Amino acid sequence: MGNYYQPEIECAPREQILALQNERLVKQVRNVYDHVEYYRKRMDEKGVKPEDIRSVEDLHKLPFLTKDDLREAYPYGLLARPLSDCVRIQSTSGTTGRRVVAFYTQHDIDLWDECCARAIMAAGGTKDDVVHVCYGYGLFTGGPGLNGGSHKVGSLTLPMSSGNTERQIQFMTDLGSTILCCTPSYAAYLAESIIERGLRDKIKLKAGIFGAEAWTEEMRHDIEEKLGIKAYDIYGLTEISGPGVSFECEEQTGMHINEDHFIAEVINPETGEVLPEGEKGELVFTSITKEAFPLLRYRTRDICILSRKKCSCGRTHVKMTKPLGRSDDMLIVKGVNVFPSQIETVLLNKGYAANYQIIVTRVKNSDQLEVQVEMTPEMFSDSMGEITGREKELVDALKAMLGIYAKVKLVAPKSIQRSEGKAVRVIDKRDLYGK
Amino acid sequence: MTIKQISVFVENKLGNLAEVTDVLASAGINMYAISLADTRDFGILRLIVDDSFAAAQVLKENNYIVSITPVLALELPNEPGSLHKALSVLEENNIDLKYLYDFNTVTTRNAHLVFRVEDTKKAEEVFGKAGFRMLSQEDLKG
Repeated sequence: MGNYYQPEIECAPREQILALQNERLVKQVRNVYDHVEYYRKRMDEKGVKPEDIRSVEDLHKLPFLTKDDLREAYPYGLLARPLSDCVRIQSTSGTTGRRVVAFYTQHDIDLWDECCARAIMAAGGTKDDVVHVCYGYGLFTGGPGLNGGSHKVGSLTLPMSSGNTERQIQFMTDLGSTILCCTPSYAAYLAESIIERGLRDKIKLKAGIFGAEAWTEEMRHDIEEKLGIKAYDIYGLTEISGPGVSFECEEQTGMHINEDHFIAEVINPETGEVLPEGEKGELVFTSITKEAFPLLRYRTRDICILSRKKCSCGRTHVKMTKPLGRSDDMLIVKGVNVFPSQIETVLLNKGYAANYQIIVTRVKNSDQLEVQVEMTPEMFSDSMGEITGREKELVDALKAMLGIYAKVKLVAPKSIQRSEGKAVRVIDKRDLYGK
Repeated sequence: MTIKQISVFVENKLGNLAEVTDVLASAGINMYAISLADTRDFGILRLIVDDSFAAAQVLKENNYIVSITPVLALELPNEPGSLHKALSVLEENNIDLKYLYDFNTVTTRNAHLVFRVEDTKKAEEVFGKAGFRMLSQEDLKG
């Protein structure tokens, strides 16, 4: 049998979870309508009353919430509890330039920790494990989330936080860390560092829980092989709680969403229409157990696919694919969906800076994709062979990620235009709709 | 004995090379040798100059990407077969040659070539044993 934190919930029949969702949703809608003016206004604008929401079936009647709402309501506008009931905040760095501050009651933190405990146990964790957390601690949710989850499981927790690779490796070997929690890129870096030092035999790692950024299957295999572990994906966002909104089990074919706490929908990002299971669209979450900062129908902008296919691990909660991109910057090139974030992932994996520009043109009715990358001192060499070799590797990796050929053009540093300090990522020169 | 070569990333755009030479001229840098390798999109400008440190500094200040590589500057008799002799030494010792280019110095009527090899230390050693004269940074100043 599998390793569960709360088997009675994680493996409960779908009807039982649905009944729980119905009950909690109705209560939550009433709660926010009564206690959050911002919601009341939005619902009134849409002509929806709390009594219109009688089950998950009615969810689509509620207005969406976006990051713009969060910004508008910053900082206290979406609080559903008095500030005196809150015990913690967490915050995002705001890669899109918008900071999000989320509030938690002690109960919220307990539930969040439980979600992370489920993730740790799904990765094979027990109270006998040594959980090495090198996600950042502080405002970032990564460290606190996995730290809390590890406590719930009863594992020995090493609150390492990020950075200082020497110390990470020393603790790992001295204290026999068995489960590593960090970003996939840091895991890849740690793996390299461990091998370089010839310490591969000195580590006792068996599993890794990696999230907070996009990573490929290729990267997963690389990390698994180098460290001799199983690498599990974990997903979450500060707005909804943090890591542990969903997590991978031993099947490694998608992440189980904790449906007793979060209702997931996939919508068409253009029309807002709810899509049936199995279709690709934007992921939307409704947090039905959150006390301090409950969000209804929050648009994540992450594109993914949900699946209710029976999972061999025994868990019954719906599975989501890892985000396949973002709904806000999708390009269609040669009929293929291309996300700048995919290109960025490849660039970062290959050691280039994230200073890039994507240029789409149409020559003789055929789309051309060009990725301009700023040269960095690390990637430069006096040897043409070395530079073109790396360029070729990049072209191959882009092809593997996108499924289409992209020309790579290396350009001078600081030559990519920036507006308000942030680079303009995509220049689409095609005349798609006629003038 | 090695000398320092400066490599500069130059985008293949009209006037870009002139911008580099302008930066160097303004800083009073004298060039001894220059070689440009290019693709359709960019080039690598390789330079041997009188003051490598100052040149690298001023280029970096102007946002250029610069790398400094030790290379060998061989003095060869200006006669048939002398380059072949040098290359044979590399081949016999299994040293990979990445590129080479020639340059003039004020010192002699001999030919001078810059060798960039995979294993500079080893090449230095085998060239020395084979009796080749290699110039130092000092020699360049003449």
